[in-house]
Parts: sequence; C-alpha cells; structure tokens
Amino acid sequence: MVQKKQIMSSRDYILSKIRNTPRDKRPLPEIPDFKVDGELMDRFKRSLLMNKGEIVDAKQLEEFIDSHQFKKVLSLSEEFRSFSNLDIPDDAHQLADMDVAIISGQFGVAENAAIWLEERDMGLRALPFITEHLVIVLEKDQLVSNMHEAYERIGKGASGFGLFIAGPSKTADIEQSLVIGAHGAKSLRVVLV
Amino acid sequence: MNHPTKAEEFLSDGANAKWHDETLWFVRDKRDSSSKTVPEWEELRDLASRIKDNVLDYLETYLLEFEKNAKANNIRVHWAKNAEEHNQIVLGILNKHQCKAIVKSKSILTEECHLNPFLEKHGIEVVDTDLGERIVQFLNQPPSHIVMPAIHLKKMAISDIFHEKLQTEKGNDDPYYLTQAARNHLREKFLAAKVAITGVNFGVAETGEFVVCTNEGNADMGVHLADVHIASMGIEKIIPKREHLGVFLRLLARSATGQSITNYNSHFRSPDTGKEIHIVLVDNGRTEQLAREKFRNSLKCIRCGACMNTCPIYRRSGGFSYGSTVPGPIGSILSPGLDLQKHSSLPFASTLCGSCSDVCPVKINIHEQLYEWRQEITKAQAANAKSISMKIANGIFAVPFAYKISAGMMRGALKFLPDSITYSGLNTWGKQRDLPELPKETFKQWYKKNRS
Repeated sequence: MVQKKQIMSSRDYILSKIRNTPRDKRPLPEIPDFKVDGELMDRFKRSLLMNKGEIVDAKQLEEFIDSHQFKKVLSLSEEFRSFSNLDIPDDAHQLADMDVAIISGQFGVAENAAIWLEERDMGLRALPFITEHLVIVLEKDQLVSNMHEAYERIGKGASGFGLFIAGPSKTADIEQSLVIGAHGAKSLRVVLV
Repeated sequence: MNHPTKAEEFLSDGANAKWHDETLWFVRDKRDSSSKTVPEWEELRDLASRIKDNVLDYLETYLLEFEKNAKANNIRVHWAKNAEEHNQIVLGILNKHQCKAIVKSKSILTEECHLNPFLEKHGIEVVDTDLGERIVQFLNQPPSHIVMPAIHLKKMAISDIFHEKLQTEKGNDDPYYLTQAARNHLREKFLAAKVAITGVNFGVAETGEFVVCTNEGNADMGVHLADVHIASMGIEKIIPKREHLGVFLRLLARSATGQSITNYNSHFRSPDTGKEIHIVLVDNGRTEQLAREKFRNSLKCIRCGACMNTCPIYRRSGGFSYGSTVPGPIGSILSPGLDLQKHSSLPFASTLCGSCSDVCPVKINIHEQLYEWRQEITKAQAANAKSISMKIANGIFAVPFAYKISAGMMRGALKFLPDSITYSGLNTWGKQRDLPELPKETFKQWYKKNRS
C-alpha cells in the first residue's frame, strides 16, 4: 500500500501555526454596568441632530410628503400606511428610483441615536439604503441608554441581517466638507410616536 | 525609497503640508471632544484591550467557533495563508459566477493583498465605492489614510479628475456637486454588479455574524443589490461575543472621526434567499506577528486611524511617505513584520512622543513597539548612516558620564559646526529642522550656580 503524503490545507496550516505559538491564557473581562440614569429622550434627540438626522411629528411628515409630491412612497409602518403607493417588489433593483421609505424601528440608543432594525422591519434588505429619503417610526418608550444595553436587548436574536442606523448617508471625503447624501438615503427623519 | 526622502517630497509644498497637518489635527481634536462625553472612556479602552488580549490568547478557539457558526448560517468560509491565495479564492468565486465587474467597499485587507491590480489583470472591472477610494482609484493612487483615503487631495484636484472621468463642469469644486456626480455614477455600478466585496470590522465567534461599518452606506448598497457578497477578513478581526460589539462600536467611530457612531452598522448573519455570502479568513503574516511576542499587541488594531491623526510625523509627511498599505504609527509597527528590508525606515518615522499610544482605543503600546523595532533593525542592518547616528545617540544617553562630557563638547561643537556637517546625510534628523539657540551654560553649570 502506498502511503499518501497528506497536504495540509490552508485552514489547518493557519490553525497549527497559531497553536504552536506559546501564549498566556488571559481571561475575558466582565463588562460592568455602564447604564446612565436620566433623560433618554433628550439625549437621543441631541445625538440624532449631531448625526444630521431630524425629528419630525406626524403632521410634519405629512407636509414633507405632500409638498414634494413624491411618486414612489412605500410605508411598512401601520401608522402611515395611507402614504404608501407601492408594494414591496420581488427584486430590490425595482426600487432604484423610489422616493420615500417609511419603516418602524425596534428601539433607539440615546448615546448615539442608533436605531436597531432587523430584516423583517425592512421588507427588503436594500430598502433603507436605496430609498432617496428614509423615515423611521419609533415608539417613544423604546429607548435604551447605550450600546451595552442595546446588545443586551438584542440578546440572542438571530435575524439574517441586522442594522444600527444612526443618520442619513454622509461623507467628508472631499476636503473634510460634510456632504449629506453620498450613496444611501439623502435624509433621515425619525417620527416618535 | 525611504520615509525621510518621501517626506521631503511632501514637505516641498509648504502650504499643502500645513493644510494637511491642520486638517488631521482638527480630526484629532474632534476625537478628544467626543471621547470626553463618555465618562467611562478610559474604562472602555481598558476593556477593549483586555478583550483583544483574550482573543489573541485563544485565537484558534475563536476562529473555529466562528467558522462553525458561520457555516451553520449558510455562510461559506474560506481560509487564505497569504495575499495570493486570498486573491485566487476571490477570482475563483467571480469565475464561477461569470462575473466581469464588481463593486468593492473600503477594505484595507484587499489593499494589502493588492486585489485590484490582480483582478484587473484577469479582465475584471473593480469599482471602489467609498467616495474617497473612488477618487484615489481614478488617480491610480493608493489611499493615503485608512479612514480618509483622499485626505491628501485638495478639492480642485478632485474637481479636475471628476471633470475628466465623470464629465463634471470644469472648475466646479463644490463638494456637494462633486459628491452628487459620484452618487449618480456609482449608482449605475451598484445596480449592475452581481458580486460585491466588503471588508470586515468585527467577526463574532459566538454567532458567526460579521459587522461592517460605513457612513456612506456604500457597503450595503453593493451587497444588497448583488447576488454574491464576498467579505475579506483578517484573522485578528474576531471578537468572542456579540456583547463585545457594544464596547468596540462605542470606541471605533469616536476614535476615528469623533462621531458617536458610524451611520450604518450592518450585521451580516446569513445570506438572503437565493443569495450567497462568502467569507475569506486571511493570515498574510498575522500568525508571524503573533509569534513575535514584543509585537503581538499590534494585532489588536481596529483600524480607526486615531494614531495617524495625532502623529506629528504623519501629519507633516503624509500617508504616501510611508510606502506601506497601513501608514502612520500603527503601519510602522505592522509593516516591518511583513517586509523588514522594505520598511526599515518606518520605525524611525516617529518622535516617540507616545501620543499614538495615548489615543489608541485598544491601548496598543505603539511607541514602545516602534522603539523595539529600531533595536531589531539596528541589529539586523548593515551599518548605514542613520543607524550609526542613532547608535551614537543611544550610547550617549545610556551612560551619564559620557553625556556629561559630551554636553559640554556638543555646545562647543554646535557653535562652530558648519551647516554642511550638521545637516549632512549622516544626520537624517537635521533635515527640516533648525537647531535650537544654545544656552550660555549647561544645565549642570546652571544648577551648581543657582541651587547649590
């Protein structure tokens, strides 16, 4: 019987190189409770403004949509279903020229205005990015203090795609001048209900 | 070419150099203000550093856990020993899908692997979609900063290249106008691409998911419109648990630009129906760096760029002067591990002031490692001018007696030494620097007179 020489896969080669490196066995640190008491709503609003998002109420949203006479509006939020004149298509490419998407966020983070969304909140994964303007509806009592609390809240949730979105698409790549509307949504409006 | 030579080129345009210096300092300043709004900032840095210590100690365990969980989520996992293997894996996937054009969001790793020229050689069009990266790609340049790729360019230069490539109005250098032109141009590319490539900010062992952070939303525009998503990830980007994202996401953007968080933080756990996600785990010198005990810590880097923004040398010499994919202080401790000969001047491109270590969100002892590399290089290198002058300096400061004598001697010598000697090639540090006015007496003489 001829003995075949085993050729080590790259995977095993990398892993064996790591194993052969003597190292300490330093434990993982515990993350302490950094929760901050106090007004979450004010902090959330301030953070959103810093990220160039806006807070609007239902009336202002209506005015925004009416005054622009947008042709393609898709609302996944029950609250604002009446604005919707579009169904979720099979293919995200059909949304290339859509004007406004209205979706519901699960919760917001006061320290940075990040809003957590999962696949099921978006209809299509591309939706919050491809739309010209994005509106997120958020319940007022769904705010957490910081990112530690946020991940505690997400827990073991197993959505195929999850997103913390904190503002409109922006860039400062040209001489550090802030420009809103690079590739994704040109505006982010948050409606607190 | 070594760092001092290229830094000299950069400094030949004084006005531009000053602008570069001030702009980066402005970003450093924003980082300071932002970090000060978080009372537990120092505690977070400490946590991040200790999490990464644990990651490096148990790297193989976490990689295996990540692989197992990612596979269970229908993500295809590939392993690449080096840049060449990484590029071949990517090409293989593209060929299988008969794909001739891809969109790619920012990935320092694919820069490190020189993926773009490799794919272009094989007839594939690569479009970098981060605005800064698209700008430098038009100019056939690499990024000069890992977070702000086009920070070395003035807006008129960008206007010129956009006029040529995107037919924008000649002379219109309005950032909004130029960004909109790029938006329209890149939207066509996003809509047409079948395969999108991204980097990875964090891979989570516990869940097999990975996180990509952008402000422009370009990574998401690419991957959600394409059929296939390829994510290139250095093996050191692994973190043990999802809850650790809370620590790192609080630190990353604040350290990078002073924002409280990047506007898009996408968590990819499994492919959408009918689509594919591939992840390529890349070594390319990382296991060697892990084996270098003194330099192991450099693998904790989360690529925020804070050490560049604060570095007095980086700010005044520009990213290109380093000649390595990752420039600045962190690049100067990573790159010598990849090619000591080529990058031997980089650990000397520092004042050892320690500001880099002070701002590092994962507390890498960058300036100490720069000093360690100097020792290695001095040992390894045949005597060149720089190492001689450094050796002399080391000798003087190491022995108090020698210092005492030489201080008096130098005072005498500096007065009479003609510039041709002080600023000769022997003393690289003499370039761009004027010697200070000499005091009339040595410190020791002054102390004797005033305090004894």
